Amino acid sequence: MIWNETKECMGRDEMQALQGARLVKLVDRVYHNVEYYRKKMQAIGLEPGDIRGLEDLTKLPFTTKDDLRDTYPFGMFAVPNSQIVRIHASSGTTGKATVVGYTRRDIDVWSECVARCITMAGLGREDIIQVAYGYGLFTGGLGGHYGAEKMGATVVPMSTGNTKKLITMMIDFGVTGILCTPSYLMHIAETIEEMGVRDKIKLKASLNGAEPWTEKMRDKIEEKLGIHAHDIYGLSEIMGPGVATDCRFHRGLHVHEDHFLPEIVDRETFQPVADGVTGELVISTLTKEGIPLIRYRTKDLTSMDHSPCECGRTTARIARFTGRSDDMLIIRGVNVFPSQIEAALLEMGGTTAHYLMIVDRVNNLDTLEVQVEVEEHFFSDEIRALENLARKIEHVIQQAIGLAVKVKLVEPKSLERSMGKSVHVIDRRKMD
Amino acid sequence: MFVKQLSVFMENREGRLEKATEILKEQGINIMALSMADTMEYGMLRMVVSDPELARSALRESGFSAMLTDVLAVRLEDQVGELHSLTLILCAKGLNIEYMYSLVSGERKAIIVKASDAEAAATAVLEGGLQLYGNEELCG
Ligand SMILES: [Zn+2]
Ligand SMILES: [Zn+2]
Repeated sequence: MIWNETKECMGRDEMQALQGARLVKLVDRVYHNVEYYRKKMQAIGLEPGDIRGLEDLTKLPFTTKDDLRDTYPFGMFAVPNSQIVRIHASSGTTGKATVVGYTRRDIDVWSECVARCITMAGLGREDIIQVAYGYGLFTGGLGGHYGAEKMGATVVPMSTGNTKKLITMMIDFGVTGILCTPSYLMHIAETIEEMGVRDKIKLKASLNGAEPWTEKMRDKIEEKLGIHAHDIYGLSEIMGPGVATDCRFHRGLHVHEDHFLPEIVDRETFQPVADGVTGELVISTLTKEGIPLIRYRTKDLTSMDHSPCECGRTTARIARFTGRSDDMLIIRGVNVFPSQIEAALLEMGGTTAHYLMIVDRVNNLDTLEVQVEVEEHFFSDEIRALENLARKIEHVIQQAIGLAVKVKLVEPKSLERSMGKSVHVIDRRKMD
Repeated sequence: MFVKQLSVFMENREGRLEKATEILKEQGINIMALSMADTMEYGMLRMVVSDPELARSALRESGFSAMLTDVLAVRLEDQVGELHSLTLILCAKGLNIEYMYSLVSGERKAIIVKASDAEAAATAVLEGGLQLYGNEELCG
């Protein structure tokens, strides 16, 4: 099923014409309504009339998270507050929160996009869907909720917290779909196993986002629960979850291009790169009213694919994220992404996806310790067997990242499970 | 023939051992023998207890990683040369001892042994004229 065939299966030429026309209007709107953008454009001698279509896109300056922080709280809003019907804010691990405002139409567009995503995951009106993202300032809960409701599903607003209760309701209500972070779904799957109720679960599909995860982790979730797990992408600055999702062919995430104009740029030169080349994802919000953004640098690293997809959709697909440029750690001069560790661990089997990287600096030398939870069946009463296991994990990670690493085995379920975003890295070098 | 030993994986964190013994106490489980093997980061608590199955499930419920292992409880007298007679038997059969610790509970004195091959070790010990305790005799 395709929620909006007109837009999702539009011919490429037609889509580009639509994007171009919307871009022209967007630039005009921000120039006249957002002082910050007007000044930014004036500073480089750019006028709205200079942007006549998609071909002029690269003339426009980028927008970054810092721009949003500098204009905290409402400086980037393009409409008076009387037209803003909702506010969301992202906490931001460093510094000030970023605040986004939505008009009633923004909420409608968001719901439409999430409805497209949920439909892409093979769920429909007859499905019962638990939304197990946090409800509140975080966009996950309400974003998923409105979208699922718009699509016509029966929505159970679980939020996060009580996993056993969630599973009990999942069984009693015959829940067929769930929206939550991938690490939380993994935790739910483990709890289902522990409770021995796997055969009572009717779950068919999930949409998981808000944190990067790997193909291996998807395989594991799909296998544990017997479902299709879909990657749903979004960020609060742009809208929230629902900017893109993968269809059942899992060949990258279809971007809702009529609303979000995606570009991939080189991480150093900031020039656009070709299809298949990894760079930073940049998005312009073509239809947003509350806080329209031009060429927003997401810091997420991915590549783009415009080739036709088997599902029939013509929209561009972005590859599963290799990481955020924010998440990238430089350890002894080597670029390391947490997702590489995760992939290596899952590749090995036997360990859960729960791990914690601790980066430190001892005598001016960076050290990396990885704490790994080991599944119960792996435990031995012999120290030697456990030591061998730790060495084996060290070897596998070392192969994956090209750096010596120390593995510390920890008790199952001892690493923090977060309902929102998982903490996978503690960098003590920054604490000096 | 074998004794079910309770093994608990334990991170070297404050209060973990105390928590484990609290759980056993609450379940009314008696600890008859205990050994603690440790590394820099974690320890392995090995115990012979009055109700191994109950102990394991109670510990697991509280988030511990616990397992049961077959070990030998070899009855030994309190006199010179007893332990040597055991190591001699095992050595003669080419069996490795992974670890061992002693048990003294009431009138019962034994050495708990985990050998590389539990079956072969049990046979060798019995053939060598020594006696083995089972769980029932130890707990009785
Ligand atoms: Zn699948
Ligand atoms: Zn597709």
